[in-house]
Amino acid sequence: MSIGTKSLKKQNHELSNIDKQLQVLHNGVADQNLESFSSKLKASNLFPLTTTGLDVFQINMGKMCNQVCSHCHVDAGPDRKEIMTKETLQQCLDAIKKSGINTVDLTGGAPEMNPHFRWFVEEAYKLGCKTIVRCNLTIIVANKKYFDLPEFYKENEVEIVSSLPHYSSKKTDSQRGDGVFDRSIRALKMLNEVGYGMEGSGLTLNLVYNPSGAFLPPAQAGLEKQFKRQLKKDFEIEFNSLFAITNIPISRYLDYLVASENFEGYMEKLVNAYNPIAAKGVMCRNTISVGWDGYLYDCDFNQMLELKVAVGNKDLQHVKDFNSIALLERKIIVNEHCYGCTAGAGSSCGGEIT
Amino acid sequence: MKTYYNPDDLKKFGKIGEFQKEMADKFFGYYGEVFKEGALTEREKSLIALAVSHAIQCPYCIDSYSVDSLEKGCNEEEMMEAVHVAAAVRGGATLVHGVQMMNKVKEVSM
Ligand code: SF4
Ligand code: SF4
Repeated sequence: MSIGTKSLKKQNHELSNIDKQLQVLHNGVADQNLESFSSKLKASNLFPLTTTGLDVFQINMGKMCNQVCSHCHVDAGPDRKEIMTKETLQQCLDAIKKSGINTVDLTGGAPEMNPHFRWFVEEAYKLGCKTIVRCNLTIIVANKKYFDLPEFYKENEVEIVSSLPHYSSKKTDSQRGDGVFDRSIRALKMLNEVGYGMEGSGLTLNLVYNPSGAFLPPAQAGLEKQFKRQLKKDFEIEFNSLFAITNIPISRYLDYLVASENFEGYMEKLVNAYNPIAAKGVMCRNTISVGWDGYLYDCDFNQMLELKVAVGNKDLQHVKDFNSIALLERKIIVNEHCYGCTAGAGSSCGGEIT
Repeated sequence: MKTYYNPDDLKKFGKIGEFQKEMADKFFGYYGEVFKEGALTEREKSLIALAVSHAIQCPYCIDSYSVDSLEKGCNEEEMMEAVHVAAAVRGGATLVHGVQMMNKVKEVSM
């Protein structure tokens, strides 16, 4: 993969248009005479897809990021200015309080670049929530104002989930940008130093693997052993679990697939790898995702495709009118990109599903 | 353009049962069994398959096991080393016949 320095949006790329993305996705399945995702779900008795609970409150704090990874489904980067306001963050806290959800999952962009990030994490901690931060690692060493993030995470008992596509620099940098691997290693050492990933510390540091190209992830358990062995041997780094995640064919990853002429083959691969057991456990069934502007989605991917939650009343689509009952009763919006969640062992923000 | 090898034909491999189902079923059953995790890991088996694909120079197998090795978590260095193993054994197999040549030369020479 090659790394650009601008988001698709900044480039005025045709795939920054959501309708265009949906059309490409549709054609990728229909033109190859592959079965649509909804019809696969029907055959598995899972259509329409319903919720099983409201356990995870995922907030996309903004699209701004210090990196411009080539596979990014958010199309994040330094040129993206969409950031969640304090008012919306307060509405999130109110919704969390009201609904009793106690797992808060913060993502972005780089969530730490939101100026209200630390305030929010502290407030969520006071509410007794378990907070997960999807930290891209390099942010910790990007500027001295972030150097104390490991301490801050520790004080608020935050669980860290960080991407490291490979234990070799070549593969990591080809996906995330030149020098990202070395900076990620520095950040991992800083996290280890305060206790993250170390046995008995109670501070969780999980890593995320996702393929650097048009192929599916390896089985998680074996890969975790390999990562543990290599990172320990080469850098004395420790971590808790490895999540193997499938790349979802939207946004910049979709652009990569189309530009490298891998799109059709990848869609075919995903469709052929459809696993009904994984489909039963997809993360949208117990997660709610909040966009930077406060709108609600079934997951972060639907958020990027601007597919707002299907609740009858439009007001209920916004976090300020968070209504657990209406959300629990909703039907989840599915489309062909969902095949990314159901291939093989399945894929979610917590890795394999099955 | 007509060619002897067509990448799309690989997708049709599963259809060989059309002409002889019983043997095809047995073959694919056996094939699946061979590549399951056993005394060797799936990852090790994939690298062996990649090396063999090069030794037998099968373009279908090379495409398949290049992707399969990546999907088993192998990196480029490991994959190229596997190909070198195939090359070394093939090269060695050629060279070791040099002994036969030497034997023959000695036999017929004064
Ligand atoms: S993948 Fe993560 S770190 Fe990379 S650009 Fe996207 S949001 Fe930033
Ligand atoms: S892409 Fe989103 S909506 Fe579709 S299956 Fe995955 S989590 Fe659910």
